[in-house]
Amino acid sequence: MKHATSNSNSTDEERRGLLKWTAILLGGLASAAAGIPIVGFLFGPLRKRDDQWTTAGKVDEFPVGKTRLVDLQNPLHSLGDGDAGKIAIYVRRADEATFQIFAINCTHLGCPVNWLADAGLFMCPCHGGVYYEDGSHASGPPPRGLYQYEHRLEKGDLLVKLGHLPTLQQPG
Amino acid sequence: MNTIKQVWDWLEHRLELRDSLWPVMRHPVPAALAKPVGWWYVFGSMTLTFLMLQIVTGICLAMVYQPTAADAYASLEYLNYEAPFGWLMRGIHYWSATGMVVMLFVHMSQVFLMGAYKYPRELTWMVGVGLLLMTLGLAFSGQVLRYDGDSYWGVSVAVAAAGRVPWIGPSIVHFILGGEYIGSETLSRFFTLHVFILPGILFALLAVHLYLVVKRGISEPPTPGEPVDKATYHQQYEKLLEKGIPFFPHALYRDGVACAIGVLVVVALAVIVGPKGPGEIPDPTLIHAEPRPDWYFLPVFAMAALSPPSMEAFLMLGLPVIGVFALLAVPFVAGTGERSARRRPVAVLVVLVSFVTFMILGWYGATSPWSPEMQAWSNAPVPQNIVAELSPVELQGAIVFQNKCCRNCHALEGSGGHRGPDLTDVGIRMNPDAMVRQVVQGGGNMPAYAQQMNSAEVAALVAFLVKMRPEGFAPAAVPSASVEPLATAQVAP
Ligand code: FES
Repeated sequence: MKHATSNSNSTDEERRGLLKWTAILLGGLASAAAGIPIVGFLFGPLRKRDDQWTTAGKVDEFPVGKTRLVDLQNPLHSLGDGDAGKIAIYVRRADEATFQIFAINCTHLGCPVNWLADAGLFMCPCHGGVYYEDGSHASGPPPRGLYQYEHRLEKGDLLVKLGHLPTLQQPG
Repeated sequence: MNTIKQVWDWLEHRLELRDSLWPVMRHPVPAALAKPVGWWYVFGSMTLTFLMLQIVTGICLAMVYQPTAADAYASLEYLNYEAPFGWLMRGIHYWSATGMVVMLFVHMSQVFLMGAYKYPRELTWMVGVGLLLMTLGLAFSGQVLRYDGDSYWGVSVAVAAAGRVPWIGPSIVHFILGGEYIGSETLSRFFTLHVFILPGILFALLAVHLYLVVKRGISEPPTPGEPVDKATYHQQYEKLLEKGIPFFPHALYRDGVACAIGVLVVVALAVIVGPKGPGEIPDPTLIHAEPRPDWYFLPVFAMAALSPPSMEAFLMLGLPVIGVFALLAVPFVAGTGERSARRRPVAVLVVLVSFVTFMILGWYGATSPWSPEMQAWSNAPVPQNIVAELSPVELQGAIVFQNKCCRNCHALEGSGGHRGPDLTDVGIRMNPDAMVRQVVQGGGNMPAYAQQMNSAEVAALVAFLVKMRPEGFAPAAVPSASVEPLATAQVAP
């Protein structure tokens, strides 16, 4: 450190000025050093993981013309999830080769819709949303038909791409 | 004896309580508070008392509760059945939360009706609005921590609503969930929110609120015809305080009595009714859940069902924001002038309308007549007196009625769903043609059953519905679906 050579007031002021700027600069640096990782950590979950292909079952397990509820392990699940790491989907086999995979989440506000096979309707217990068997909107508040997951058939297996909770702007 | 005094003096010398805290405790409040009108001033203290109870029981619960998706449910059961007094801690925590929310609304209404928020106490009110938000946030996050089916689907509903925010909806969803789906990260987030973040902000606001209550003083009971005038108010208030009474102990007695009663009621409820839940396991594959929020959010739940689609986004996302701004604006819109409720009909009306709206919506939320009753088709048989006189075709119709789950939305003789009208006497309102059309094409919030029923089934169903028409009523001749006779009008709450 160089010391001021004269003892005049102006050097005192200079020193105070230097100290002030050092405090501001160091303070800013310290805040950034501690703050950036904290903010990064908090907003870390904004980094999205993609849905993954997962096997929903053998194609023959799904009778033609029927809709079945299938319980799976969410492919994105992690160790501490417990039962919340599971996921349920509706698999409808319209004919030999045509499948529709519906999310159980109502497109209105996400409640679990129930498949009533005899009536051929999905009904939502929350606000009375109803969907037809092909997932299209029948009545009630939902703004659209059921969310559908991407799927493909491979070597006699039904593969479904899922993971995230479907919402209006991020459907299946 | 001497030692006690020595210790006391030693402490006093360091703390200087006589100079700092004592004057605060003894600060003068309007003498009128010593009169029965003083009972109107206890609600804030009661809210505070319940908050204290929340802190203490909350700390106890946090010692056992496991904030992980895998273990939370088990730890709640452990609290309920194994941990000594665990059930009681949960019970008190739940009922005291209820008390806190109730007292908060009562306190706010009182402050509003008595014009206590007016000059110079605007900031006290605004900070109070912050306290309201924190309390509701704590109520919701607490409901999530009661990790059961309702909690799981409650989060799901909350993020579905948040996900509708234009553009950044998906990011908000991710941020709330802490990932792609409701899982371990989600519960940890709500735990942190419930025990660190919201209480932290709440305490900070509370400190300001109490500071202002002491600094700006307690408002005197309003007298009609004595409006608040910025120019003269301070002088008048100072004069009033010259004849005031010390806050401690006089004004505190009523607070003490009211708070003690409040605590007794809460503990009694906790002992008699016990803690709430946990209900079903929070497992997304158990889809037969019929999620319903805690009572304080039932009006919101009802609004989600009753709002027309075009208004939905606004009601869900805009209205709460507008509501908060409206509350914050109150002291600026009517910050001076008349304080007595007797001279403020609009203020009284606002409070009345809000309470009635909340109660009606809450009632709707609790009974949710718009929801299909999922098990009605299997649980509620067609009444015997109806079946007894049916012809084979009509009987067939009764079976169609049951199997096609018509019962989920339509009641017969009052039992069944209430989403659609009770169909016992539909024959008075509609002729067979109109019924066929309604069944096949749907409409008026009814799904079309064209795909689900063949014509024979429809014919049988209609024959059954026609037959049910009570005796003494003429069958409907003109196909009119819109006229709803009094007898079937839905019972208003
Ligand atoms: S969540 Fe299904 S109707 Fe509202």
